[in-house]
Amino acid sequence: MDYINAFWVGGLICAIAQIIIDKTKIMPARILVLYVILGAVLGGLGIYKYIENIGGAGATVPIIGFGNTLAKGVIKAVDEKGFIGIFTGGVTATSAGICAAVFFGMIISLFFKPKSK
Amino acid sequence: MSYSKKEYSDYVERKSQKSPIVRDTISAFIVGGLLCCIGQFFLNLYTKNLGLDEEISKSAVSVTMIFLGSFFTGLDLYKKIAKYAGAGTIVPITGFANSIVSPAMEFRREGMILGLAAKMFVIAGPVLVYGISTSVFIGIIYYIIKLF
Repeated sequence: MDYINAFWVGGLICAIAQIIIDKTKIMPARILVLYVILGAVLGGLGIYKYIENIGGAGATVPIIGFGNTLAKGVIKAVDEKGFIGIFTGGVTATSAGICAAVFFGMIISLFFKPKSK
Repeated sequence: MSYSKKEYSDYVERKSQKSPIVRDTISAFIVGGLLCCIGQFFLNLYTKNLGLDEEISKSAVSVTMIFLGSFFTGLDLYKKIAKYAGAGTIVPITGFANSIVSPAMEFRREGMILGLAAKMFVIAGPVLVYGISTSVFIGIIYYIIKLF
């Protein structure tokens, strides 16, 4: 059952992005930025957790879930550490993802050659 | 049924305007959904089989998916799926990894520092800038609300 929910929630999030891309011709990079901000706002308002409860990985794997993690992290850190939490919370919560992206990005681009076009 | 040239070109235009959106959206839905199912598989593996804490598992899923996205970009396979799936491959976190690895590989010939390392963040940079800044704004607002 959790697979079905992950499928349709994740699929729906991607389908909406595709409609926005097709209708407005915005660049994929802008969609990523838009989704991260949207995820952070929804997370900050405490709405995204309901989507996450339904969709599981369907809600956390899309980049919108990254925004949600940023917001959740900052709120938790402000609760625990006060003012400094504003600056530590977001990146702390997403550190694994950011670090993995930088590290694997470097390693993979060192070991693989781009195919000639 | 016969068409005049004008009617036919209108018909073609109408069809070709309409059908890509429907087709693109369906393939984005299916591929995006499948990528999330792979994420769900790892989430279940980490929480149920390995008995990890839920927050740790979610981070581990991100790391796993980012590795897979980078690896398949390295193998030049991610692009092939992306051609058909559009947003279905862009929006999942694997697409974020792809957006890092693909320019890094392409610009590696311009050097390790100003090529590979600098160009890595062509797309991921803006995502981090606006994502992290939004989180700081949220933190400030939350901090102020908590004062009262």
